[in-house]
Amino acid sequence: MADPMRIRAVSKDGIVNVKVLMSHEMETGQRKDGSGKIVPAHFIQNVTATHNGKTVLSAQWGPAVSKNPFLEFNFKGGQKGERIAVTWTDNKGDKRTDEAAIN
Amino acid sequence: MNALQRMAGALALAALAGGVYAQSAVDEIAKYRQQLQDGNPAELWEARGEDLWKQKRGPKNASLEACDLGKGPGVVKGAYALMPRYFADADRVMDLETRLVHCMVTLQGFSQADAVKQPFGSGSRRSNFEALAAWVTSESKGSPMNVSLSHPKMKESYQIGEKMFFFRGGPHDFACATCHSESGKRIRLQDLPNLTEKADAQRGYTTWPAYRVSQGELRSFQWRLYDCFRQQRFPELKFTSEGSIALTTFLARNAAGGTFNAPAIKR
Amino acid sequence: MSDEEASARALTVMKASFNERGQAKLDRLDQDETQRLCSIPPSVKLPKEVTDRIEKLNLELVKYPTDGRMLGDWREGEKIAQRGVGMQFSDNPKNPAGGNCYACHQMTKEEISFGTIGPSLYNFGKLRGNSEAIQRYTWGKVWNAQAYSACSNMPRFGHKGILTEKQIKDVVALLLDPSSPVNK
Repeated sequence: MADPMRIRAVSKDGIVNVKVLMSHEMETGQRKDGSGKIVPAHFIQNVTATHNGKTVLSAQWGPAVSKNPFLEFNFKGGQKGERIAVTWTDNKGDKRTDEAAIN
Repeated sequence: MNALQRMAGALALAALAGGVYAQSAVDEIAKYRQQLQDGNPAELWEARGEDLWKQKRGPKNASLEACDLGKGPGVVKGAYALMPRYFADADRVMDLETRLVHCMVTLQGFSQADAVKQPFGSGSRRSNFEALAAWVTSESKGSPMNVSLSHPKMKESYQIGEKMFFFRGGPHDFACATCHSESGKRIRLQDLPNLTEKADAQRGYTTWPAYRVSQGELRSFQWRLYDCFRQQRFPELKFTSEGSIALTTFLARNAAGGTFNAPAIKR
Repeated sequence: MSDEEASARALTVMKASFNERGQAKLDRLDQDETQRLCSIPPSVKLPKEVTDRIEKLNLELVKYPTDGRMLGDWREGEKIAQRGVGMQFSDNPKNPAGGNCYACHQMTKEEISFGTIGPSLYNFGKLRGNSEAIQRYTWGKVWNAQAYSACSNMPRFGHKGILTEKQIKDVVALLLDPSSPVNK
């Protein structure tokens, strides 16, 4: 089970700024280990962020994204105290969802 | 800027094109570091460390919340800026990791050997010390470094650390001082702090632990010393050994007055 | 604690603070006279008779090539100058060590990733020529840097067995061969 994400969401002038840190290996599938064997690919493929049941961000990722990725985005219409949820799914089918309140 | 553009910016790797001159490459590296400041993955270690601190673990099923880091049991805020320090209950000088081992043994009932099993993380084999160090040190962010040498054992530790710093040995005749006792030097393109000079010593010491982008790991100060000695071609530095504590005392004291600013992020 | 006491205490502490691992045994903490005398801050200046003694004893330790030829292949020398590994406990001792010259020295125009702990060696041979005396000096400097500059930061590549005689020939060629990029 992956570690929780760190999510910070701050509302200012009607725009919510969201910063997300994810704990993930993000293996490209192109590296070799000490014995010369390929390290299997393991990376986040889909990221979605929802607010009040509505998707405010949907992204497709690939193996070029760094280990322990950082994501920042803005969306309109969020209010302080409401919640934002972020979900990632990786190529092995692992999945994680975390939530944070908008400040 | 739309979300996708921001994402691309945040995720872009520093592309150091060939043909540029050294100085602009150094500037680009500085810019790259600055971009990374926002969203330092060290926070993931800090969160895990805080959980570990509060979790009941070990044969005694106890948390570390009663651990005395020098400011009284359970006081974490600002504690790291005063370490290494002399602990009367153990009658010796301890750095953070040594004190954590002490608390894991005395409070949680771990054996010494079990406590120090995974000093540094490597991929899926994660280190509790690096997580705990990330969290404890984050609670000193903004505090002035203030390691006191008033206790005779602290003074002794400092003197030993100073001797170690200038000790040349191994096949390459290297000492810590070979790379870290002159100002304005570089190894390849990496700037080297002069750890005998106040401003550099402060800047160097107050930015460890750090998340190392090239390794995808958070690295503690014990790791910093361990890996420096490896590159110095010395034998393997023992985790929480007296020498490692003495050298830390020397370097932490030289950083006195600097504002602690870690966990940081480095290349 | 006096300075001598501190040195003695530090040595005892260090002996107890390291484990041998791989090729890095604890005898790496046993200092020779040069290492012991040079374990000082750069601000401390040793008396001239001491630096003279260090240079003299190290010059006597230089071994010149058995076949008398000091210039090898600068292309191989460039690879050695780029290579940073060797002698660490994490290195396989079966693989040849590098000289890692670029870590501390500028050498060619092409390589911009160079350090500044040592002086620039760009045009080293162009400025000095490659007379036999210069070849001998360059050889001695790479073999044992302390022979010409007491307490130099530079490793004693030949004396300490970091590089082989063949490798040092290649590095000397990198520095002195007129066709080497160092002299372009």
